[in-house]
Amino acid sequence: MKYLSEYRNLEATKSYLKLIENTITEPWKIMEVCGGQTHGLVKNGILDLLPNKVQMIHGPGCPVCVTPLNLIDKAIELLENDVIVCSFGDMIRVPGSKKSLLETKANGGDLRILYSPLEAVKIAKENPDKEVVFFAVGFETTAPANALSVLHAQKEGVKNYSILVSHVLVPPAMEAILDDKFSNIDAFLGAGHVCAIMGYKEYHPLSEKYKIPIVITGFEPLDLVQGIYMAVNQLEKGIYRVENQYARVVKEEGNKAAIDVIQKVFEIGNREWRGIGEIPNSGYKLTKEFKDFDAEIKFGISNIRVPENSDCIAGEILKGIKKPHQCSQFGKTCTPSNPLGAPMVSSEGACAAYYHFSDNLITTS
Amino acid sequence: MDTKDLGFDTINLGHGSGGLMTRDLLDKIIFKTFNNPFINQKHDGSIVKFDGEIAISTDSFVISPIFFKGGNIGEIAVNGTVNDVAMCGAIPKYLSLAFIVEEGLKIDEFIEIVNSIKSAADKSGVQIITGDTKVVERGKGDKIFINTTGLGEVHPKANISTENIKVGDKIIVSGFIAQHGMAIMSQREGLEFESTIVSDTTNVNFLVNDLLDAFGDKIHLFRDPTRGGLASVLSEIASDINKGVIISENDIPLEKQVAAACEILGLDPLYVANEGVFITIVEAEIADAVIEFMQNDEKGINSACVGQVTNEHPSKVVMTSSIGGKRIVSPLIGEQLPRIC
Repeated sequence: MKYLSEYRNLEATKSYLKLIENTITEPWKIMEVCGGQTHGLVKNGILDLLPNKVQMIHGPGCPVCVTPLNLIDKAIELLENDVIVCSFGDMIRVPGSKKSLLETKANGGDLRILYSPLEAVKIAKENPDKEVVFFAVGFETTAPANALSVLHAQKEGVKNYSILVSHVLVPPAMEAILDDKFSNIDAFLGAGHVCAIMGYKEYHPLSEKYKIPIVITGFEPLDLVQGIYMAVNQLEKGIYRVENQYARVVKEEGNKAAIDVIQKVFEIGNREWRGIGEIPNSGYKLTKEFKDFDAEIKFGISNIRVPENSDCIAGEILKGIKKPHQCSQFGKTCTPSNPLGAPMVSSEGACAAYYHFSDNLITTS
Repeated sequence: MDTKDLGFDTINLGHGSGGLMTRDLLDKIIFKTFNNPFINQKHDGSIVKFDGEIAISTDSFVISPIFFKGGNIGEIAVNGTVNDVAMCGAIPKYLSLAFIVEEGLKIDEFIEIVNSIKSAADKSGVQIITGDTKVVERGKGDKIFINTTGLGEVHPKANISTENIKVGDKIIVSGFIAQHGMAIMSQREGLEFESTIVSDTTNVNFLVNDLLDAFGDKIHLFRDPTRGGLASVLSEIASDINKGVIISENDIPLEKQVAAACEILGLDPLYVANEGVFITIVEAEIADAVIEFMQNDEKGINSACVGQVTNEHPSKVVMTSSIGGKRIVSPLIGEQLPRIC
């Protein structure tokens, strides 16, 4: 808890805000990649404390938000067919094409909310006559635990366990955003937790190619304002490189043990992103050796495809082209209790963060 | 009570039949435990006498697990309703008690719950005066559900209503928030983690009564932030009075271990359930005296002023964060869900 109080310190935060103000001369658009950072910025009221010249653009780093609709439908299909589906909490309220996992549970589906995929392996062992599927959603951060669950199941001969994989990778998404002609980002706050696993070697070529500062940043108020300062500082000096604000957690080479586990179980493949479409080499899939643990193959559900809701502008939100309140549906037909798209559901989603914590009255008063 | 004398070790459908088995269960456990002139009449209901206004509150308790660190469903069923009656500015006197039991509940567990009910009722000075027991088939309940209804006499000096709340009124919280919710959460299946967080379930009726004796109608509101937590209750109040509420994150009493558990599980303590904690909204001039008064009582030792009522941002709760930023505190929508990462 020591880090929490230190990184929520009022004076230290103020001094960095002052530094930003003293350094900045031009308007800059900085994208925080991770939804956890968006949440931190909005929840702590940081957006209103920043100088007007800093515009924060909310990035695609909410795993729930970028999970395509058809994957949710696939999980629902399993749940409706007597499979025990295990999931992290935030996924369950996200609407599929017709309903959410939570609604399917209310109709009798056996849905379990877990904190760890290893729990799902345990459930599989306890229910040998049932099939158990873990909904393996997330960025590089959750990949090691999901991979480990597969290794555990293999080692212990648990045949009724499989995972529905929807793993996505951060660097390809950042590149897709930089390539989009509508988005004009000046700098990135890199996703701290993702880099805690993967390190940040792979960000150097990205920074070079697009001549853009990338600052690997944490999630506490002081982390965020320090990260923003470091980005502004580079921009003002006209330099671009990868810097690590979150050094107390992130090492350049990442977490080797976690990377080994990922590489044993997963390989890189194309992935569809909600609202963005397919991005080449942007996700993980199970390697051939582990195909018996692939729920899509096991249950023959790869062919489920549904179109995205045309009223939801999740894609533009996730690419930072529009802000949540610029959506005509925001707070009207789309609210957390009746969401059109995932960014309104997940606590890391930009729309939900704006809906819960922010309000025009604060910025104007 | 020795369970061997009972002749049964689990509750089955017969115990809810209304026949001899029901009578057996009532005689050997319920009547024997609660033993008071009202319930001893073994009638369909009880007749009680009140002189003035009465406050009534009812609540159903469906909690999993039924036993947790710091208490069990029985204590909560008493304290919850006792506190709800107290929140009306009343002195709780009588409770009804209705069980819906899932067949197969171990009689030892049932007795432990009944004993906790008796002890919680004694502690808060209420009598159980009528009740009901139903048994449902396995799979149609979750071990045991309890409903209690409480009756209380309105305190002569009480004038509790959201209509009395004025701009400038202070908002006081009686103790550490989020304890109960996190105690339950830390013991839920699949979530067990090492912690010594204990539920704070307790009755607050005597403290409420003392506050009314001392400060009378300068106390404008009592409310207990149970489900939905502090955030939801304050949002409701702001919306009801069409005035703004401003609170300060640094002033909210939050125990370190609970704060850490919330961080680990990705939950916001403002939305976590409380038991044994209440908020009171009072005239600004008495706020300091109220806090001092409460801090001298075991049930209010950690009380603190967390904010006030304002003319700004009507119907909304705004919180000043620890680093000086501001955010809207919206009511809880559905259940609070743990985050992925």
